[in-house]
Amino acid sequence: MNEKSPPPSPDDLDTRLRTAQAKQSELKDGTGRVSRTSGLGFALRIGTELVAGVAVGTGIGLLLDSWLDTGPLFMILLFFLGAGAGMLNVYRTVSRIGHAVGYEKKNEDETSDTER
Amino acid sequence: MAVESEGAGHSPLAQFEIKPLIPFRVGEFDLSFTNSALFMVIAVVLATGFLMLGTRRGALVPGRWQSVAELSYEFIANMIRDNVGQEGRKYFPFIFTLFMFVFFGNMLGMMPYSFTYTSHIIVTFGMAAAVFVGVTVIGFMKHGIRFLGFLLPSGIPIYMAPLIIPIEILSYFTRPVSLALRLFANMTAGHTMLKVFASFVLPMGSAFFIVGGVIPFALIAALTGLELIIAFLQAYVFTILTCVYLNDALHMH
Repeated sequence: MNEKSPPPSPDDLDTRLRTAQAKQSELKDGTGRVSRTSGLGFALRIGTELVAGVAVGTGIGLLLDSWLDTGPLFMILLFFLGAGAGMLNVYRTVSRIGHAVGYEKKNEDETSDTER
Repeated sequence: MAVESEGAGHSPLAQFEIKPLIPFRVGEFDLSFTNSALFMVIAVVLATGFLMLGTRRGALVPGRWQSVAELSYEFIANMIRDNVGQEGRKYFPFIFTLFMFVFFGNMLGMMPYSFTYTSHIIVTFGMAAAVFVGVTVIGFMKHGIRFLGFLLPSGIPIYMAPLIIPIEILSYFTRPVSLALRLFANMTAGHTMLKVFASFVLPMGSAFFIVGGVIPFALIAALTGLELIIAFLQAYVFTILTCVYLNDALHMH
């Protein structure tokens, strides 16, 4: 509540709104935008990705083995694939090319307004 | 275990024990009202009460409660806008509820003698699975069978497909697991750590006069602060990842 400023006219408000919006979208595009909280949240995210990848791969492998009765074949196979998937997830999160599974880089310009 | 939890030297894991408060069985299913369920009810009542109190008057210049309620609304609304965009607005109720439930669960867990329901993997996995199924259904509804196209990113040579497709499928199924595991592991580890340090206070205090007990006690104070941050941060991470997954399903490329 600043006494100095006169009541803003609609025009004034419009320009201010536009500057604010421009600033915000500009911030969104920049890479150094992340505030401290979301930076810490970002860091906490990636640790479990590795574990989860291996766990899911091995789990699905064990299920397939007990269902198809194929010894440790699928477990071993999916263990490595799961580890790969975990690393891929970490890479995708960290490199910020997108968190999406199957993200396509060529569409980056179109989607940049929705990506963080 | 139940006997132990009453004793002085009880296990640091005793706090995660589920105790039925109102026993109730249907056939072979145990549907008792447990301490976990009790704290979920408390969280829902508190969250609802907080928002009803905050939005009761709807003043132009918000009072204290209204500010906090508006702050929480804006926090999630901005998160959805930044991560999902305009199409995400209609999922606001779900995401806001999810955030409030996790946040209140984590925060209630910080109270002494309370129960942290987010420290049970079945609770967190239940929520993560709901998000996962919901997001997948939304993806298929919006894109139809084309949604399966995410399994093979474009620009990848076709002979790589036998390797990439299984990895992408696994990577997709990793989502609910990592979502559930992260929240569960953080809450369980934090609360166990607090209890372990708390159990050092008395033995160390009696071994090295009173001074010895001060060190773990100071650590508990610091760790409680850290746990409060983690409690918020994990709710935040859980919610933001829901937004990210929703964004993936809505804006398939």
